[in-house]
Amino acid sequence: MAIEATQGAVHEHTAAVAAQDEHGPVHHQFEDIEQQNESYIVGMWAFLVTEIMFFGALFLAYAVYRWKYPLVFIEAHKMLDIPLGLTNTFILLTSSFFVVLAVHYHKLNRRKLAATWLFLTVLCAFGFLVIKGFEYGHKFKVGHVPGPNFTFELPASASPEAKEQVTVERAQLFFGLYFAMTGLHGIHVLVGILILTPLAFMILKGHHHVVDDYIPTEMAALYWHFVDVVWIFLFPLFYLIPLH
Amino acid sequence: MTHDEHSSHHILPIRVYVTVFVLLMVLLVLTYVAALQNFGILNNVVALTIAVVKALLVILYFMHVRFSTRLTWIYAAAGFVWFLLLFIAFGDYWTRNLNVPAPKQWEPPITLTQPKISDSDHGH
Repeated sequence: MAIEATQGAVHEHTAAVAAQDEHGPVHHQFEDIEQQNESYIVGMWAFLVTEIMFFGALFLAYAVYRWKYPLVFIEAHKMLDIPLGLTNTFILLTSSFFVVLAVHYHKLNRRKLAATWLFLTVLCAFGFLVIKGFEYGHKFKVGHVPGPNFTFELPASASPEAKEQVTVERAQLFFGLYFAMTGLHGIHVLVGILILTPLAFMILKGHHHVVDDYIPTEMAALYWHFVDVVWIFLFPLFYLIPLH
Repeated sequence: MTHDEHSSHHILPIRVYVTVFVLLMVLLVLTYVAALQNFGILNNVVALTIAVVKALLVILYFMHVRFSTRLTWIYAAAGFVWFLLLFIAFGDYWTRNLNVPAPKQWEPPITLTQPKISDSDHGH
């Protein structure tokens, strides 16, 4: 009886080890954790390259039209709220710092701390979207949203050159680019929330997919940093166009 | 580089992240202050240089590219090299006269006549 029980325990132990081999941190196709992690990181970067292409086309469109109608961009950008844009830049840069701390504590296997910093990152993301929502709301109110209700009036103090170059259609072009680029970026922020929130809960629960190794957190963080980098360029290009 | 530096488990001291964050905040203030100055034709260069420095800090330290393998470097660099190549498209806009007014209405360059279908062809 006792021997049988011991054999049973040994058998269970072997099965557990086999299961560990199957679902453990290192998958079959990889030599070791180093190689596996590098593959994940390179794969994530390959995805980010496609994202750069995605946003790149819009940046090119922006550059072409700003080069073609410099005065339109100067006059139209005055309608954007710099303090709100500055606040949002501050929020996103801070959230990047928070998410890197989440990765740091996940590497040290401090799961609660990692999840906490992820939740704080998500809080920043919500803050960003709320502020963006107020900005968009104001634009709907004053008729700066491209479409049939679009209106744009130059201030009387505008220079004669500006009065000649700025038309309603060209101002609409500026706001079209503004909504397309910040809108696409906003969707990325939203996706970030949808990735980081479940990740934080899974880390808290100790789900083996996310706690066997820190790499899922690192990959989510890479995505979040990319969203931050896009905004680093969007902010000066839309809100801080030089007046001269 | 030693193997340790390449290791994905390489853990940076937290003060590295804090330093980068403080630098980002300084650059954020600098972004705004620089926008209020007039550097003449260098205005855009100054604004974009500050943005690039900020982006590099995030990419190299927060995204750990500085401590990653060569293969990761190649992928990370490829995206930005491609982004720069994209702007070759400007060559077209620079060399093309965009001020030609568009014709009021499109007209076909040649008048096409409808080929006649004879009765014998119709049967087939």
